[in-house]
Amino acid sequence: MEFAELIKTPRVDGVVLHRPFMPTVEGTLCLTGHHLILSSRQDNTEELWLLHANIDSTEKRFVGSLGTIIVKCKDLRVIQLDIPGMEECLNIASSIEALSTLDSVSLMYPFFYRPLFEVIEDGWQSFAPEESFRDLESMTDEWRLSEVNKDFSVCPSYPSLLTVPKDIDDESLCKAASFRHGGRFPVLSYYHKKNGMVMMRAAQPLTGTNGRRCKEDEKLINATLCAGKRGYIIDTRTIAVAQQAKARGGGFEQEANYPQWRRIHKAIERSNVLQDSLIKLVEACNDQSHSMDRWLSKLEASNWQSNVKEILTTACLAAQCIDREGASVLVHGTEGTDSTLQVTSLAQIILDPACRTIRGFEALIEREWLQAGHPFHQRCAQSAYSNGKPRSEAPVFLLFLDCVWQILRQFPCSFQFNENLLIMLFEHAYTSQFGTFLGNCVAERGKLQLSQKTVSLWSWVNRPQELERFLNPLYEPNNLVIWPSVAPQSLLLWEGVFLRWNRSTKCLDEAYQEMVHIIEYNKELQNKVNSLRRQLAQLETEDKMVADLK
Amino acid sequence: MEHIRTPKVEQVKLLDRFSNKSVTGTLHLTATHLIFVESNSTSAQEIWILHHHIASVEKLSLTTSGCPLLIQCRNFRLVHFVIPRERDCHDIYSSLLRLLRPVSYDELYAFSYNPKQNDQEREEGWQLIDLAAEFERMGVPCDQWQLTDVNREYKVCKTYPRDLYVPITASKPIIVGSSKFRSKGRFPVLTYFYQEKKAAVCRCSQPLSGFSARCLEDEHMLQAISKANHNSRYIYVMDTRPKLNALANRAAGKGYENEDNYSNIRFQFVGIENIHVMRGSLQKLLEVVGTRSLSMTDYLVGLENSGWLRHIKAIMDAAIFLAKAVTVEGASVLVHCSDGWDRTAQVCALGSLLMDPYYRTIKGFMVLIEKDWISFGHKFADRCDQLDPDPKEVSPIFTQFLECVWQLTEQFPQAFEFSEWFLIQIHEHVHSCQFGNFLGNSQRQREDLQLKERTYSLWAHLLSEKQNYLNPLFSPSVAESHPVLEPSTQAYHFKFWRNMYNQYDRSMHPRQSILKHVLTLQESKRELEGTVQALKTKLQKFGVSTSPLKPQTPPRERSLPPRPHTGGERTVEGSSATENGYGELMGSFGSKNEPGVVTLEFGVARMTC
Repeated sequence: MEFAELIKTPRVDGVVLHRPFMPTVEGTLCLTGHHLILSSRQDNTEELWLLHANIDSTEKRFVGSLGTIIVKCKDLRVIQLDIPGMEECLNIASSIEALSTLDSVSLMYPFFYRPLFEVIEDGWQSFAPEESFRDLESMTDEWRLSEVNKDFSVCPSYPSLLTVPKDIDDESLCKAASFRHGGRFPVLSYYHKKNGMVMMRAAQPLTGTNGRRCKEDEKLINATLCAGKRGYIIDTRTIAVAQQAKARGGGFEQEANYPQWRRIHKAIERSNVLQDSLIKLVEACNDQSHSMDRWLSKLEASNWQSNVKEILTTACLAAQCIDREGASVLVHGTEGTDSTLQVTSLAQIILDPACRTIRGFEALIEREWLQAGHPFHQRCAQSAYSNGKPRSEAPVFLLFLDCVWQILRQFPCSFQFNENLLIMLFEHAYTSQFGTFLGNCVAERGKLQLSQKTVSLWSWVNRPQELERFLNPLYEPNNLVIWPSVAPQSLLLWEGVFLRWNRSTKCLDEAYQEMVHIIEYNKELQNKVNSLRRQLAQLETEDKMVADLK
Repeated sequence: MEHIRTPKVEQVKLLDRFSNKSVTGTLHLTATHLIFVESNSTSAQEIWILHHHIASVEKLSLTTSGCPLLIQCRNFRLVHFVIPRERDCHDIYSSLLRLLRPVSYDELYAFSYNPKQNDQEREEGWQLIDLAAEFERMGVPCDQWQLTDVNREYKVCKTYPRDLYVPITASKPIIVGSSKFRSKGRFPVLTYFYQEKKAAVCRCSQPLSGFSARCLEDEHMLQAISKANHNSRYIYVMDTRPKLNALANRAAGKGYENEDNYSNIRFQFVGIENIHVMRGSLQKLLEVVGTRSLSMTDYLVGLENSGWLRHIKAIMDAAIFLAKAVTVEGASVLVHCSDGWDRTAQVCALGSLLMDPYYRTIKGFMVLIEKDWISFGHKFADRCDQLDPDPKEVSPIFTQFLECVWQLTEQFPQAFEFSEWFLIQIHEHVHSCQFGNFLGNSQRQREDLQLKERTYSLWAHLLSEKQNYLNPLFSPSVAESHPVLEPSTQAYHFKFWRNMYNQYDRSMHPRQSILKHVLTLQESKRELEGTVQALKTKLQKFGVSTSPLKPQTPPRERSLPPRPHTGGERTVEGSSATENGYGELMGSFGSKNEPGVVTLEFGVARMTC
């Protein structure tokens, strides 16, 4: 298919662009296969380049022959284009509509994007599972890397290599897989070096209404327990929801069959509920006419902050079981691809200082989200302005990022990266020139040949020029477990995302710059002191030598 | 002290407000403080509670472990003791009841507090703030405004200060006539002069207009204010009350200005609620944020139902209206409410702070409080419940003002010389009665109490610790380029001030503080600069010429007194920043690995926060 067929009017002059807190720009609007471009053709004004894929929805209005298109983007920005001429406006609107809703993955921009930078380190190769297994091997010999899923037949959403207990053979894994939703049998998610406890993740067991059991599954997870030790199963669903799942063939681990495990139920919402929550939150944030009471009541009704609190609380609980109780943990919800990953990845940020570095955080996302099979393509197909019938969209990953931001706020010196990295990841998860977040699982990505045909986000982020923007000047590495407060008073609205386009950040940005300046000046002084000391010491030795000679 | 029956009780348990944790220690009762000393010798936490800070003491019914005593403080601390023997508990309880209700001013802490200063130092402390100099700084007296001696003996208005500034065309008979037509004699006087446009901010109380009464002198007075400003043909009269309240006052012979009787006024209601509504609102807010295992829904619904942020926004909206009228339109504004000492003080002070960068410095903020709050007779004694309590007079009016300033610091992180620690510390001392500044209800009463001779000034104390209150990001150049602050009043910009209302609930605070971190850097900067200089001097002895240190951007000039060393010293509750919870951060983070967040009981997890 040619994009040209979809572009009814490629160019309109005299278009006026309105953006909040920015001067209006008048210029020429151009449509290309992947971009909407507005240029004033003057040197000093910024051009607007918007990926069609970033457009969540559009609205059009007419006053006389002047048409207006309101473009609502997946990064939550809303812009307005005034287009002279009714026909032009209609053409542009329908072209945008068609181009922003292309179904085929292979037509997405990452397949057409050619980087203007030299790829020094190929991000596609940066986080190989073998590498993290080598790290694990240096700490314990209880685990092995299994190739049971090498053709993705045991579990389509898992990667080909999986870390499992050494004593469990592939045959048992296959049997356990048949007892778990989507074949997602329990695998290692995290090894806590401090006390050797582990966190595993899986999907729900398929006990059904008649209480099916699977010896291999029981053996598999028991193999992770030390003699005489107990473990905790954290089911991210409430007991009621888990009970209901039985009717559809799902369920939860029966105490009788798993006597060494204690089950804890939490109440993380299902993904379709989360999508609704996001839509309501963004609606509340965008309405400038709210009185104080209405704002608070809308914020409450969106339930977003409640979701943040619940997810963070569950992650704290998992981390607590491991670090404080010295117990191993198995986390699952229903499919094991959403709330499960939120909990396992956040718990690692709390427990493992390595995850708080840029590199470690990237590895965490690669491991616990991309390779673990979070269906990014489905979840991030639409964002807060989707007005169609929701399919499988849900801000699962955005909620995870929000929780990370909350921890970052409470421990501002413990992270190597700053808020910008989190916002950038949010943007790229929804729309990107890079292939990293395309597809739903490793198998799909392989079929799409992403590593050959697209550029990895990490190839770009890890360039020194880009990294600078994401570095936290306050960072001072520490090896501690960081326990965030989950009291409602401690959890804030993530303004950097949700009010990003609705406020002027000039004052905040300048203050941030000032802080960076203070920190850098201090470092400079420290260096100066060191070099002067060296110089002095040298002179003193020389002086002494001269004196000795005399 | 005859009121103390049991000065010491051992084996007292202190329960944490939000978790099931408790520590055991000894409770001491002194003439001024209730002190809890933890028995555990390694951590040995001490809590000092000033009697004046205690708002209420409650003895709960006996439990198996002892007799619970619940103490609620005005600085939002809440402590829950369990005393093993009922008798001891009762003794402490009844002693406290007596101690926290002083019957005369002489019993207040300020009259016994002695910071080891001599008389001269004390006097200098009181001379730090000079309001005459402040009016001079604004450019008053001038060709349109003069100092009047009409209230020199407090004859015209008992609750005003002696020195008042009025338009030159307002003669004594006009002033006296106008004062008779205003509640409590509080006639219109100048509080801030915006030199650039010659526009004035004046304040007064409501007119005694009833349904139809008028007063020619009062009308003349407003006209005089109007004429003193050539830039505008009208003045705004801001009635800061909701219209309904003002209407109700008419029935009592009070009310508001009738636009028909006053030439060239633009009358405006603002809609800030009265002291009773504010008191109730804070109470609701504190109930919500003091709840154990508070859910997000209950928190947000509770925040909304308390109305607290709505009231804060109303005050801010009024101040912005005032600042705009003066700076943009160049019009003078007369602000009043009922008596002109609560809402009027809030709006005038906050409006001036928006217009004038000076009030956003440490010294300037002290001047502002001294002028619009202390000298113009905000009834601190009544509102803060210092003496002879009338619960209906207590109200967090001044706290709201401090919060509005905090909300502004959140929007303009570089506009203020001070950090929120300064605001919290002032709040602490408004209630501590440790210094003389806020005692009493009016200037006249303060003179009668001879506070300047018998007590110390808070401002001198705060300035001596200035280091602790600085905002490291403050930029005077930003103030020069944008002297007038134009805050956004979108609802989402108003946030709950956790560091004030949950200031003692340490588990809720960020475990690492950016503010503290940057302050430490600022301090090490000075040390490093000194080291660099010293090293250079040494190098020069070897005949090495060193280039002067040139940072990429020169550091801003600021006069910084050396930081007082308080390390290791036991500090009295409410007397230092470090004692207040907002100082604790890195230390406990490093040493304490307690989760404090989640507990597991009987294998069933329960979140306790």
